[in-house]
Amino acid sequence: MSSINRSASNVYAEITSNRKAGAYHHIALSVGEMAAHVRPGNFVAISVGGEGSSMVLRRAFAIYRSVDLGNGQGQIELVVAPHGQGSTWVASQPVGAKLNVIGPLGTAFGIPTEPVRALLVGGGYGSAPLFGLSEVLKARGCRVDMVLGASTAMKIYAPLEGKRSVNALTITTEDGSTGIQGRVSDVIPDIIDTNNIDIIYSCGPMGMLQAITDIARAKEVMHQCAVEESMACGIGVCMTCVLPVRGEDGVIRMLRSCIDGPVMDGADVIWESKRTIPEGTWGA
Amino acid sequence: MSDFDFHTHLGAARFNNPIFTASGCAGSGKELSQFFPLENLGAVVTKSIMLKPRSGRATPRMAETPSGMLNSIGLQGPGIDLFLENDIPWLVSQGATTVVSIAGETVEDYAILARRLRAVPGISALEVNISCPNVENRGQVFACDPVTARAAIESVRRNIGGELPIIAKLSPDVTDIATIAEEVVSAGADGLALINTVLGMVIDTNTMRPKLAGKTGGLSGPAIRPIAVRAIYQVHARLPHVSILGMGGVATGQDALQLVLAGASAVSIGTATFGNPFAAMSVQSELHDLLIAKGFSSFKEAVGYAHRSEV
Repeated sequence: MSSINRSASNVYAEITSNRKAGAYHHIALSVGEMAAHVRPGNFVAISVGGEGSSMVLRRAFAIYRSVDLGNGQGQIELVVAPHGQGSTWVASQPVGAKLNVIGPLGTAFGIPTEPVRALLVGGGYGSAPLFGLSEVLKARGCRVDMVLGASTAMKIYAPLEGKRSVNALTITTEDGSTGIQGRVSDVIPDIIDTNNIDIIYSCGPMGMLQAITDIARAKEVMHQCAVEESMACGIGVCMTCVLPVRGEDGVIRMLRSCIDGPVMDGADVIWESKRTIPEGTWGA
Repeated sequence: MSDFDFHTHLGAARFNNPIFTASGCAGSGKELSQFFPLENLGAVVTKSIMLKPRSGRATPRMAETPSGMLNSIGLQGPGIDLFLENDIPWLVSQGATTVVSIAGETVEDYAILARRLRAVPGISALEVNISCPNVENRGQVFACDPVTARAAIESVRRNIGGELPIIAKLSPDVTDIATIAEEVVSAGADGLALINTVLGMVIDTNTMRPKLAGKTGGLSGPAIRPIAVRAIYQVHARLPHVSILGMGGVATGQDALQLVLAGASAVSIGTATFGNPFAAMSVQSELHDLLIAKGFSSFKEAVGYAHRSEV
């Protein structure tokens, strides 16, 4: 834990681009040196509402990708879903506005040392951190399959440059408005078998992560997922974003998704007991 | 910073500057130490430690509210054994001045915790949290009743021995906080921590149920600052010689100054840290500059200055 967030910094980052992408906003921020420290899976925490706002808590956003331009310059890109007061404020900020950003925060996806066959699964804007991950995996000689799912086409985030970073992309929507009608869990088992997948990386709603964990367990493949719980601080001090996780010693503890995560081993999370304190939890 | 005399005392304990973290708002210290050196704080106030490890409450544990938030953590923590084994030595190694906060479910718990802590080196004071709103049974909020408040503090006083100052943390959810303050001071408290969170509730209009798993939660943040200023003012008026560690929605140097003028000898930064990990450091430098700009020759001169008689 003590090494987590060691490279985090606080910057006033200028918005260099803000464009609508389906149901989301793609926002690019000039963050300077911060970009060089970003690893796929990390997130940033952004102050919302401007000076004197009644919103006292930051909002957490997964980093879509980061570009280190050298000489202390760099950019990060976010995919913002404007569903609450805070994220709507961020999405409404114009180019040239400055945002108070802290990052990179949290754990990152583990990158295998050997070339493997990886399946990346994203739900809604949960696809965001997977494209940067895909680039890293490809650079290591991995084969990358990707499955993106959402309720409807507008909520699939799959930009052109992102698509180029994967070998094969499958899209599912619950209403069938694009891709295969259904959920990601309907198509994953076949892809695992056909492509001899070694590891699954996922990001999206908790229900989806739970379903993927079940599939990964049945197929005996590893599964790293980025969890999403509501946070107050994003830096590990407030203890609100906890979920039950079984440790290597077999003991279940309430771990923080911000600093013990967001990337966790799917098999360790006690999904069926999320939002509760399961029996036997340490300290229960 | 400068040669301005910024030091303060809580009871007999001396602190280099008056800006502390608030209990439960600084993790184990490690998390914040990624952002600034803990030795720069007046003190780290630890989360409230209990006898046994504690998993805390189910989620959702948090709801943002206008200029504040509700929390219902339920004192998740490692328990006194692991705390003494890991957290205290680490804080000492960082050169952090440390105030240990303790919480018990029974009067006997407070006695045992006091005995466990009395000979531990590296602790500057003990905050006795008798006012956490997130215990299983609201009936256990010792600070809501003068009799139970006295019993908890007496239990610590009898067992702590030595010079370690006892700071009783009180709840604002009482009819007359000054009466509770008098009670715990006569029971042996050297100082008072004012205020703990205010009990509140948010109902989710989609599910039409309380938003927090624990139903009620503690309201914190700027929304409660006027309550803190009022409580500190009232208690300082009644007990001018008792040190007060003030807290409640402080996010700027101006906010801290209000609490100091009301009578606080030190100020803890809580919820502001969630929005800004550097909050304690910025409040510290802003307060420092503000005191100089106002013409105070020392920090202590400003404590309770709002109570001065009109000339």
